[in-house]
Amino acid sequence: MAEPSTSASISVEINGEVYEREVDARRLLVHFIRDDVELTGTHIGCDTGNCGACTIQLDGQAVKSCMLLAVQADGAKLRTVEDLANDDGLNPLQQAFSSHHALQCGYCTPGMLMSATALLEANPRPSEDEARTAIQGNICRCTGYQNIVEAIVAVNA
Amino acid sequence: MSSGARDGARDGARDGVRHRARDGARDRVRHEASTTAVATETTELQKGSIGTSIPRKEDGRLVQGQGVFFDDIRRHGTGYVHFVRSPYGHAKIVSIDVSAALALEGVYGTLTGDEVAIHTDPFFEMSTPPGANIKDYALAVGTTRFMGEPVAAVAAATRELARDAAELVEVEYEPLDVLVDAREAVKNETVMHEEAGSNVVWSGVFDWGDWEGAKAEADHIIKVDELHFHRFSSTPLECAGALVEYERGTGQWTLYCNHQMPGIGAIWMAPALRTSLDKLRFVTHDIGGAFGNKICLHPSYVALCLLARKLGRPIQWTEWRTDQHTANAHGNERWFHDVEVAVKSDGTMLGFNVKALDDCGAFPRYEPLGCIIWAQVTPGCYAWRNIRVDFTQVTTNKSPVSPNRGYSRMQHLWLTERIIDIVASELELDPVAVRKLNYVKTEQMPYETPNGCVYDSGDYARCLDLALELVGYEGIEARREEAAARGKLLGVGIGSTLDSGTNNFGQSQLLNPELQFSGNNEAATVKLDIFGEVVVTLGTVPQGQGHETTASQVVGDIIGCSPEQVHVRPGHDTFFNSHAGFSGTYASQFAVTGLGAVKGAADLLRAEMIQLAAAVLQAPEEAIELADGFARIKDGPDEAALPFMALGAIVNANNAFLPPDFNPTLNHRFVYRPYFGNVDLEKKMGKLTLTYATQIHACVVEVDEETGVVEIVDYAAVDDCGVRIHPQIVEGQVHGATAHAIGAALHEDFVYDEDGQLLTSNFYDYHVPHALDMPTLKTAAIESPSPFTPLGTKGMGEGGGGGIHCICSAIQDALKPAGKPIVYDSCNPSHRVWSMLQDPEATRANVKVVSR
Ligand code: FES
Ligand code: FES
Repeated sequence: MAEPSTSASISVEINGEVYEREVDARRLLVHFIRDDVELTGTHIGCDTGNCGACTIQLDGQAVKSCMLLAVQADGAKLRTVEDLANDDGLNPLQQAFSSHHALQCGYCTPGMLMSATALLEANPRPSEDEARTAIQGNICRCTGYQNIVEAIVAVNA
Repeated sequence: MSSGARDGARDGARDGVRHRARDGARDRVRHEASTTAVATETTELQKGSIGTSIPRKEDGRLVQGQGVFFDDIRRHGTGYVHFVRSPYGHAKIVSIDVSAALALEGVYGTLTGDEVAIHTDPFFEMSTPPGANIKDYALAVGTTRFMGEPVAAVAAATRELARDAAELVEVEYEPLDVLVDAREAVKNETVMHEEAGSNVVWSGVFDWGDWEGAKAEADHIIKVDELHFHRFSSTPLECAGALVEYERGTGQWTLYCNHQMPGIGAIWMAPALRTSLDKLRFVTHDIGGAFGNKICLHPSYVALCLLARKLGRPIQWTEWRTDQHTANAHGNERWFHDVEVAVKSDGTMLGFNVKALDDCGAFPRYEPLGCIIWAQVTPGCYAWRNIRVDFTQVTTNKSPVSPNRGYSRMQHLWLTERIIDIVASELELDPVAVRKLNYVKTEQMPYETPNGCVYDSGDYARCLDLALELVGYEGIEARREEAAARGKLLGVGIGSTLDSGTNNFGQSQLLNPELQFSGNNEAATVKLDIFGEVVVTLGTVPQGQGHETTASQVVGDIIGCSPEQVHVRPGHDTFFNSHAGFSGTYASQFAVTGLGAVKGAADLLRAEMIQLAAAVLQAPEEAIELADGFARIKDGPDEAALPFMALGAIVNANNAFLPPDFNPTLNHRFVYRPYFGNVDLEKKMGKLTLTYATQIHACVVEVDEETGVVEIVDYAAVDDCGVRIHPQIVEGQVHGATAHAIGAALHEDFVYDEDGQLLTSNFYDYHVPHALDMPTLKTAAIESPSPFTPLGTKGMGEGGGGGIHCICSAIQDALKPAGKPIVYDSCNPSHRVWSMLQDPEATRANVKVVSR
């Protein structure tokens, strides 16, 4: 009997660019993004799916990229933190994070921004509670969340 | 840049005059625009950008995913490391077989404890014997003493392969008796470190004032048998790690890492590696939080250095979250036994006597410093003069500790706040009044504590009033009734804390007179380059505190340009030559030591720029001003102005016309060194730290009578850290410290079972606050400038655990109608509160009042 195959070739669109790669079947999506595609803005803060530092958008939905295998993203469109700023500079959410001091060390920030982006796309004017709920899966160990929540609520206020 | 008031404050300090720097401006209360109520009292000391919350320089890169954290750095041919870790709390290592791992394709090599014992020396220990005799290596040698301790390491072509290969390493263990309770360890029935012959690392008695006299004078002695401060840590979101390169020709190691105190790291590592300090280059860039937990990385880093040298390739290690929780850095656990408090009938506190038993886990590492650091805040916020502490530290089969936000002072301040609330409750005193009666008063500042520390400035009662106002203390009785009608017990609590900053390392000599550490220092360089670039290099190692921003504010104000014009190099690099022996970011000191160094270097640069401009413009130096990026003649014509670019170009590239005896460099290094004087080893007295920021927290909680679930319904933190360079950053630190304290007070607990297995080794079981767990925080600030620091600032950020104290205080207040239980542990998850509700007498049996 033939050995089962332990790798696969995938095609993934990330921030508008298509990447075709051969990946180990066990490669986590987050490691694919960080180590293979070298988009290091997406972070890793745990090994249990609790912290949300790895949050990206997959086909428009916020997902934790450490909870998916790279092969599961075959054919999907991904968006990472590197895609948020545009030619004019920071987008309004990024701007709000800075002006509200919603980041200290900045390690949770990419994940926070991606969760908040998904929220604001679905609900442009969230209440404080809605903002808190949207980032409930993202741990920040520096800020106590208050300024993050204020920043998210302020974007379209 | 200093106003008269601040100069006055400094002069006062120099002359030894008791001088209140905060006259005037006290009654101005400003409400800042924010969704939370922010009341700010400020002084007149601000000018330029100091005191304004300018946009942070760090933010642009961090919100775009362009930060550079150590794990983002790639090198060709890297070997990724996975550590083989002990599954036992305590066991003999009979044998280690790495052959199967080495046989796996893509595995570059391994490292075991035996090799470590051959190629390195044990790390230097700070304790006197028995602690001094403990042997601590990069990997376990012969015996493993805590679950998760690295016993071998594997390097391979990918992270996954390294992990697979680590599974193939066969280790034979022989389990030994496990010690998880300090109260057992101190009996020495099982001894963990044979070389030391005892589990006691260090012990000593501190006796200040006259405890026996206080006891005789007291109307009441309140006794508490046992209080427990639990084990938790700040668990920064970015785990530890490094990329290490070794250069064979020079013997040079470069560590791209997240060590937060490289100066001390190198002091541990270089002798162990049998090399010199200069052979260890530490480079940090962005760091994802540290909170003290990234100070004791030397064992892992030494293993990486050995592998880099052995395998001749770059070596990369990123700690896994489970390993961070299991084996990196816990906070100190502490028991307080036989507490006695001497109180007069009017509530005046005369002093206390206590036995403290500190649990430092398997190896001392940064310890036994925790056995003295608490003494910076010996009396807490209070004026009692007679204090006796019998302090013992022991090892147990648990993760080694490391400094953790609020390090050692937090444990002690929790004790002082527990004492105040227990006394108030037992003697039926008003907890607010009893605090105000006993607080050190603002008129007494600078105040010398019974052990010779000097509280520089502050107004605790004023901070308390502000905090109480913010939580709506006035209407509290009506709210109690309203809550009771809903089946909730409502309580209000206070946490009064001091955030002592800028250590005098001389306090280490109170533990071990042989230690050659004293004082403190920090360095910075500031230069003006050819095209007018102002470039600042810091010795500090920021991890989110915004040092690039605040340093640029100080430099900009001093040399007369906007902070945007000032480039502060991110991170730390030993090769910048801008560091000093104690460089790092720890112990609430950047605003004093880091900015003191920045100010010193900027002052030197400023003087030279003025000299140079005077020479070029042929004017007296007094006529020159530096402003808006120009050196110009005050009130002079437009043409009598030199842009910074001209000054930089003249010195660096166009200097032929400068006279031979005038050699400006426009490049200055300054080492800031606070003055402490000696500590008195006999009396164990001295200035152990330079500044004391105040944080007074208050909260209102509701406890569910049926379940014991605690909900925080109001929360306020009032901060006084002297002059604030960037108020928003200060408030951010207050928020963060409060979140850590709330997590610790209600959930976060490193729990071990009797076999030494950690039961809370990841973010599932170790619940840190999420967004929905946090109440809305109300903050306020007053500014009592420090008379002892160059800018009137005080270090802040650690926060002294105010949230833990005030939540314990509020829970005890809430439970009063349910049989007056006493809160005896610093961690109160619902099951513990529920037990107190079920059996209040069990906690009351812990407390006795003996009255005259
Ligand atoms: S890395 Fe923590 S949830 Fe993905
Ligand atoms: S800003 Fe540091 S973890 Fe959120």
